[in-house]
Amino acid sequence: MKPGKPANVESSAPDAETPQAWDNMGRPTHRKSEVRLGREVQARIGQQLRALYDDVVKEGVPQHINDLVRRLSEQEDPTA
Amino acid sequence: MKLDPAIRDQVLSTVPSLRAFAISLCGHVDRADDLVQETLLRALAHIDSFQPGTNMPAWLFTILRNLFRSEYRKRRREVEDAEGRYADTLKSHPEQTGRVEFNEFRGALSKLPSDQREALILVGASGFSYEEAAAICGCAVGTIKSRVNRARTRLADLLSIDSIDDFGPDRATRAVLTGTGRS
Repeated sequence: MKPGKPANVESSAPDAETPQAWDNMGRPTHRKSEVRLGREVQARIGQQLRALYDDVVKEGVPQHINDLVRRLSEQEDPTA
Repeated sequence: MKLDPAIRDQVLSTVPSLRAFAISLCGHVDRADDLVQETLLRALAHIDSFQPGTNMPAWLFTILRNLFRSEYRKRRREVEDAEGRYADTLKSHPEQTGRVEFNEFRGALSKLPSDQREALILVGASGFSYEEAAAICGCAVGTIKSRVNRARTRLADLLSIDSIDDFGPDRATRAVLTGTGRS
C-alpha cells in the first residue's frame, strides 16, 4: 500500500467491517464477503499464519531466558 | 521453597510460543524478549497462584498480555508506524521463506487492528480454543469469534487488494487462491 494513505480507504469491500455485519451478540451475520471467502483462501491464511508463528517457535528458548528460569527456580524465594 | 522441576519444565516449554505471541504484540523482537522475561519473573514470583494440572500456557499468556496492556501499549503507540512494525521485525528472521507472497501476508497481518490480530494469532497459530483465548483476553467467547472472523475477512481483502496494486490481477489470483510456491 501507499505510505500515508488512511487504512480505511484502501479496502474496496464495502461490508468488511460495517457494524451491521455483526449482530448484538458479536456473531457474524451472513454477508457477501463471507460467502466470497472460500475455504481455499481461509486455509491459505491459516497456513501462512502458522508458518509465520512457527518460525519464531522453532528458535526455541533463548539461552538467557533458559538461564533465568533455571536460576529463579533454584532460589528459595523467587522474588528475592 | 524451590520450584517443582515439572512446573519449571512446563514454563520453559511454553517459552517459544510465548515469544511468538509477544513478537506479534510488540512488533519488535528485543522488546518482546523483555516482555517475556518480565512475564516469567512475575509468573515465578506468583507461582503459588498457579494450580498444578491447569493450563500453564494459558496462564502465562494471560500474564504476558496483561503486562503488555498495562506497561507496553503506550510506548508501542509512540513508535508504531502505519506500515506495521510487525512486518519489518519478521523480515529479520533469515530462515523464513523469502517469498513475495509471504511478505504480502506479513504486511497484511500488520495492518489488522491489534485486538483482531491478537485473537487470530491465539486461535489460529497458538492453538488455543475460543474459550481459552477469551479467558486470556478477558472477554466473551463471542467477542473472540467475532474478532477472528473479522481478521480473516480483512486479511483476505488486504491480500487480494494489495496484490492487485503491486502485481496485477493474475499474480493476485495465483498468490491468494492457490498459494503457489510453498511446498
